[in-house]
Amino acid sequence: MITVTKLVKRFGYKTILRGVDFEVQPGEFVALLGPNGAGKTTFLRILASLARPSLGEVKVAGYKLPSEAAQVRARLGVVSHLPLLYGDLTAEENLRFYAQMYGLTNYRSRITEVLEMIGLETRRRDLVRTFSRGMQQRLAIGRAVLHDPQIMLFDEPYTGLDQDASTMLDDVLKTVAAQGRTVVMTSHDLARAEALATRFDILSRGVIAASAARKQLKKSNLLAFYKQALAG
Amino acid sequence: MKQSSEQLSVNSNYVRAIGAIVWKDLRAEFRSWELVSAMFVFSLLVILIFNFALELDVKTRQSVTAGVLWATFAFAGTLGLNRSMALEKDRGCLDGLLLAPVDRSAIYFGKFISNLAFMLIVEAIVLPVYSVLYNANLFQPGLIMVILLGSVGYTAVGTLLAAMSVQTRTRDILLPILLFPVAFAVLLSAVKASGGFLEGADYSEIAFPINLLIVYDIIFIAASFMLFDNIVEE
Repeated sequence: MITVTKLVKRFGYKTILRGVDFEVQPGEFVALLGPNGAGKTTFLRILASLARPSLGEVKVAGYKLPSEAAQVRARLGVVSHLPLLYGDLTAEENLRFYAQMYGLTNYRSRITEVLEMIGLETRRRDLVRTFSRGMQQRLAIGRAVLHDPQIMLFDEPYTGLDQDASTMLDDVLKTVAAQGRTVVMTSHDLARAEALATRFDILSRGVIAASAARKQLKKSNLLAFYKQALAG
Repeated sequence: MKQSSEQLSVNSNYVRAIGAIVWKDLRAEFRSWELVSAMFVFSLLVILIFNFALELDVKTRQSVTAGVLWATFAFAGTLGLNRSMALEKDRGCLDGLLLAPVDRSAIYFGKFISNLAFMLIVEAIVLPVYSVLYNANLFQPGLIMVILLGSVGYTAVGTLLAAMSVQTRTRDILLPILLFPVAFAVLLSAVKASGGFLEGADYSEIAFPINLLIVYDIIFIAASFMLFDNIVEE
């Protein structure tokens, strides 16, 4: 579903990614872990076609980036720590706007379906600026799944959420993954990643330092695996 | 046949995306009045400052009308362009737009049309105020055409440069530094053409700056159409 070969990304003289090799199979939930500055967000932005690779090959859903970016974007849903929503529009208006941007026709029933999924049906006519951070993040997920993408990218989705909002987001993420989507999520929260992901990749110093499937790890052993990968 | 129906669908998505951006910007603005009110108040202040600073007799006052008018539009326009793109950037909405599976020039045209609409709304409010304060009749079809052409050129290049400057930390300072030298030709032609209309000059005398304005409009829109994708991608 996602194939990345020898990916390098430079900003001026600074090299952020130094030859990343990464592969995700359909239906996998991959947690991309790593310290601050490891290049996780840059990597996800390249997969989302928001940044161009300096070197290397990136294929998402069988389409090459950056040359077939529009095809990739049609199959991709992205959630970041920013909501990507307009505060002066209602929840419904935000979703309607993005539905039109994604070329969806007959989107009314889809908007209702998505609002029910994220538990915001009763707040559909409220301005987004009146929403709590947790509600905005749920609506951001609704925006990202509106066009029913095959692949979801989550960049630190738990940033700034309180305990209740994080638990609610867990449920939404589980629903999204249970629908058979391929998910790549960056996070600092090892416990949450361990609860959700089927595979764990550690990005450190611009390369994938280690990778392990859930079944390869002993129970609650992700922290030790993470520390070992960073030390190595 | 299949290829032509696919092309039709791509074109209709393109137009729909432009329409969606314009609808979204107008809807949000008519709810908050954040942008237009700031532009209007700023315009009013500029006009008042010029009015009291230049204590001119009626004849001289008429001769500076075009310059004062375009200085006001340029300053207020810069304020609007900056704010319009900053609203997209601050909540990450620019990324939301860039993630849509449409040609990115659709985003440019959507933002360009809504920025132009905001500028024209402010101009429509400023003109009567200016007419009263400066005792000049500004409601002339020729002058309104020049204002429209000048605003198109200014907003066309301004939207592109605002998309570039909004990605920097010094966006508030950078936009006017980039925009004024590039838009100088548009502003100069607009001032000349406006002055000509206000002084009742023959069309043959005003034709040159008007033709220049049309050429600049076409060049700026075409250049922005080609460059926008490269400017917004990292």
